[in-house]
Amino acid sequence: MEYFNIFEQIKLNMANLLAAENVTKAFGDYTALNKISLEIPEGTIFGLLGPNGAGKTTFIRIINQITYPDTGNVIFNGERLHPEHVKMIGYLPEERGLYKSMKVGEQALYLAQLKGMNKTDAKKKLKYWFERLEIGDWWNKKVQELSKGMAQKIQFVVTVLHEPKLLIFDEPFSGFDPINANLIKDEILRLKENGSTVIFSTHRMESVEELCEHIALIHKSNKILDGKLTDIKRDFKNNIYEVGLETDDKNALKSELEGKFSVEEAHFKSLEDELKVRIKLDSNETANGLLHYLTSKARVNHFVEVVPTANEIFIETVKRN
Amino acid sequence: MDKLLLIIKREYLAKVRNKSFIVLTILSPLIIVAMIALVVYLAKVNSEEKRVIAVLDESTFFSRQFETGAEASYVDYRNLSLEEAKDSVRSSGYYGLLFIPRGSEIDAVAEGIQFYTKESPSMDILASLEGKIKTRIREEKLNDLNISPEVINSLGANYDMNIVNFSGEKNVKGITEIKAVIGGGFGYLIMMFIIIYGAFVMRSVIEEKTSRIIEVIISSVKPFQLMLGKIIGTSLAGITQFVIWILSAGILTFVVLSFMGVELDVLHSKANISPEAMETLNEASASQDTIQLYVNELMKIPWGTLIVSFLLYFSLGYLIYSSIYAAIGAAVDNETDTQQFMFPVIMPLMLAIYVGFFSVFENPHGPIAVGFSLFPLTSPIVMLMRLPSGVGAAGVPWWQLIASIVLLILTFIFIVWLAAKIYRVGILMYGKKPSYKEIYRWLKY
Repeated sequence: MEYFNIFEQIKLNMANLLAAENVTKAFGDYTALNKISLEIPEGTIFGLLGPNGAGKTTFIRIINQITYPDTGNVIFNGERLHPEHVKMIGYLPEERGLYKSMKVGEQALYLAQLKGMNKTDAKKKLKYWFERLEIGDWWNKKVQELSKGMAQKIQFVVTVLHEPKLLIFDEPFSGFDPINANLIKDEILRLKENGSTVIFSTHRMESVEELCEHIALIHKSNKILDGKLTDIKRDFKNNIYEVGLETDDKNALKSELEGKFSVEEAHFKSLEDELKVRIKLDSNETANGLLHYLTSKARVNHFVEVVPTANEIFIETVKRN
Repeated sequence: MDKLLLIIKREYLAKVRNKSFIVLTILSPLIIVAMIALVVYLAKVNSEEKRVIAVLDESTFFSRQFETGAEASYVDYRNLSLEEAKDSVRSSGYYGLLFIPRGSEIDAVAEGIQFYTKESPSMDILASLEGKIKTRIREEKLNDLNISPEVINSLGANYDMNIVNFSGEKNVKGITEIKAVIGGGFGYLIMMFIIIYGAFVMRSVIEEKTSRIIEVIISSVKPFQLMLGKIIGTSLAGITQFVIWILSAGILTFVVLSFMGVELDVLHSKANISPEAMETLNEASASQDTIQLYVNELMKIPWGTLIVSFLLYFSLGYLIYSSIYAAIGAAVDNETDTQQFMFPVIMPLMLAIYVGFFSVFENPHGPIAVGFSLFPLTSPIVMLMRLPSGVGAAGVPWWQLIASIVLLILTFIFIVWLAAKIYRVGILMYGKKPSYKEIYRWLKY
């Protein structure tokens, strides 16, 4: 009976590269993860979000088989997670470094071999990546001669070198200047285009906005939110519209609007001197109706539905819990 | 398995390429040889420097007694007053002045003897002077009793106990000490190796923690593999260093000593054999038979068993201790935090060495020796000190050897399991100064 269940589950999870089922992990009395269930669809960038100490790193370490869950399962690529899977995973931890007194090339080769690559293959791919990131002449340098940003580039190369199906980046942009951060971001997107699945853990919400299709929010060891980012945003929007109205008497128009809707002041940049407000509609009112009404009162320069940013969703959800 | 080999190779190369390791490997034999050369040189200078002692004998009892010998030469100062003699000795830079007063009774004369020196005299000079005076007093007294010198000579008794074991073979004295020194050498080697290279393992673990590479590595390999690879790699580097030291120190010593003109075989026997054994050896050296007996005894030391046991005890003991060192390295953030954990590690090693030297040499099969050679944290050292006396009826009983090895293997499994647990949790703990309580909690993670 149980065998049958597992088989069923495997079938269900085929579209997901990784699925966690009721994963619980405790350290002594402290519960680091409480019955976390997540599904990470293949070929997407998945944002794993949460405040410090929420349990993200523990979850990532479980995927990497650095620690093991007390209860619950992790299904990877249709199978229960097992040691052979480490070859298919590339992990860039938040706390990362390199052997200081070892040469760059030798070290990258060593780390690649630990991931199960053979030496010639690893060498060839390393040459390719070193050329690509323009770091070819570092091969014989010692790590202690490199700057922090330079070392980060090497760590990135080592993470992606063995072409893993699943890439896990924990705060990948910390330590990079804006130019290199952009370079790395483009590389991550390219890897995704080539079919890799990416788990992306960060506090920088603007990069979540930019990169992630799915997110999960972990807070105090519990998952409090997950799903497609666009779906989540749809759920979080409150029927609020930001408008810019050009009129002769702004005060008169404002008081008129206040009589009809719930109105707040708004701030955005514009060319004209205009009345800027946020208007919240009731659930029975539509955007078309509002626009129709506004065009009859003034010239509408600006009309945008206010969609909450990932940052706002993050803060609101964490506060609510 | 492949990964383990990779780790071993990296750890080995990282160690032997390390600059301070290379410097230490090259310099240590030079320093050791320089020290040996210095000691030999000083000994030579010391023996070449003749001390001159002036003797002012007003009694004539001792006139023939002070003949120039190995330790000092004597100058006769007849017909001078004490004050004149003192001045003369002081101005001539002699070592001292022995003043023997006038008198007819030798006891009274001896009572009045004074030895004047600039600084307090050395022990061997004093002993030699006292010996000469004592002999003279005895001669004089025997003479008073009308005993002739021939009779006195024939009174000297010289006796050596013949030692025979129950199967009728002749034994030689001092062989127990020689065996103890051989066993002690093995035990000492193990202790030194553990202390030096165990600390290397620890430092290497701390380095991985502080450089933050650890998490990258254990996402590819199991922490246990990493720990084992580290221990094996470091010990191979250690063995390399040891072999280089022993070979180069041996060659260098040979070269330097032959250059300094010291006879090697003399030095050899001096270095390797305890003083008591030396004495017996010297006395017996005339007899070819006795030498043959020593050779036989040395051949009878179960070298096969000893070397096999050495390898076994060495590997197990080293693995036990170095995994403890690895666990300590994993638990802390920097080397200063290791202090509180180091003492309990060093203590059993020290205890083993002290117990070995004070109890096992005295009584290789007494209760203390047996106890400590069974206790797994001291057995690698203490058992090796007992083993040269053989295994079986005459030496270490078989059951003790087997029990000791079984206990050691069980402890090995337990300690490595325990250390691996601490290691696994510790390497991912940053910025905490752990207590014993905290580490105990990790065992339950």
